[in-house]
Amino acid sequence: MKWFDYAAPASLSEAVGLLTAHPGARLLAGGTDLLVQLRAGRKETDLVVDAKHIPELNAISYDAARGLTLGASVPCYRIYKDKNVTGAYPALAEVASLIGGTQIQGRASIGGNLCNAAPSADSVPLLIALHGTCRIAGPRGSREIAVEDFCTAPGRTVLQPGELLVSLHLPPPAPHSGARYLRFIPRNEMDIAVAGAGVEVVLENGRFRSARVALSSVAPTPLYVREAGEALAGSPVDEASIAAAAEIARKSAKPITDMRGTADYRSHLCAVLTRRALEAAVLRARGKN
Amino acid sequence: MHTKVRVQTTINGEPQEFLCEPRQSLLECLRDLLGLTGTKEGCNDGNCGACTVLMDDRVVTSCLVLGVEAQGCQITTIEGIARGSELHPLQRSFLENAALQCGICTPGFIVAAKALLDQQPNPSEDEIRLWLANNLCRCTGYDKIIRAVKQAAEQMQEVNA
Repeated sequence: MKWFDYAAPASLSEAVGLLTAHPGARLLAGGTDLLVQLRAGRKETDLVVDAKHIPELNAISYDAARGLTLGASVPCYRIYKDKNVTGAYPALAEVASLIGGTQIQGRASIGGNLCNAAPSADSVPLLIALHGTCRIAGPRGSREIAVEDFCTAPGRTVLQPGELLVSLHLPPPAPHSGARYLRFIPRNEMDIAVAGAGVEVVLENGRFRSARVALSSVAPTPLYVREAGEALAGSPVDEASIAAAAEIARKSAKPITDMRGTADYRSHLCAVLTRRALEAAVLRARGKN
Repeated sequence: MHTKVRVQTTINGEPQEFLCEPRQSLLECLRDLLGLTGTKEGCNDGNCGACTVLMDDRVVTSCLVLGVEAQGCQITTIEGIARGSELHPLQRSFLENAALQCGICTPGFIVAAKALLDQQPNPSEDEIRLWLANNLCRCTGYDKIIRAVKQAAEQMQEVNA
């Protein structure tokens, strides 16, 4: 690994100052992607800025009226141990316990998962489904952007020089809503998704009031499938509606063939996983799990 | 112009201070600067778990932690698991069950398993397997390791009963 310096700013303004003064600086949260990439020479930097001493990046706060604010560097194990998260966003707790193994979960953050911008990032489809927004701080102040607009290409995001992801915000769960992320991997744990689907449904009088569907590992970025949710909105909660949305997800996917699966297989998985995730989310919305 | 960083930390209950390069991993600091070579380097990219240590009671792979990040932290390595000359029940159980062959993965397994038993004294086989999924062993086929953890859990509960 090439030499770099290390800074651990204690405030957001100090961090923005460092990132602005050192355009090549890299922000360090859990390091489970960054340190591997630096060691392998896939990324280079002259300054690593540790995000974990910045209060806003290291806090989880929940308010039943305002929702969840999740600091970008909060590690997965704190997320799935948080009573507010397990209570109001069980699907988020599940995703946090799905990324890597125990050791990785002790360090890796959901904010880092998003900033790493891998198409296979497990948490991102769910964040999209849950109406997640990103709070970004930078030299010109702070801005907000929807999670589905954050990743622009594999490994690339909308973050401009000097900017950093501060936190993710999820609105409070709607009454009679449920969410779920499902992925396919050829083993039981610790693997990269061949494909994944994150969904949220809101039910009303036997119909979908609204729904959101997003996919992982089947496009250059995590993919928000707006049309699948729009097709479900107003439809009866039945097999046919769910099958139609799953078919839209299948057609929206633009997968590639690689060592983890062929494009055809991934498209097929999109339909299966979207259907199963919707069925699971419906059960959850009905209070059955 | 490259400046090393002084890091003050607590390792296995003892205050420790070391001077490291910011790019050095906690694993390198433990092994090369402090001579704590019980923690092993396997893959050096977070997959194999051989370098597992506890950092403020969190299980982490020390290859994916910078030494400088240990500032102010409590670190527990395999050297801190036994009490003096008395082996930890997990260490005894690994020996009794022959839960190792080459032994490179063993310190990581024992440190990770200790963290599990500290928070879940009576884990099921599934819980043990899932918790230890980030620790790879190429010799045993895992069954003996799982049995050893189970037996250690039972023994620790008998002692506490």
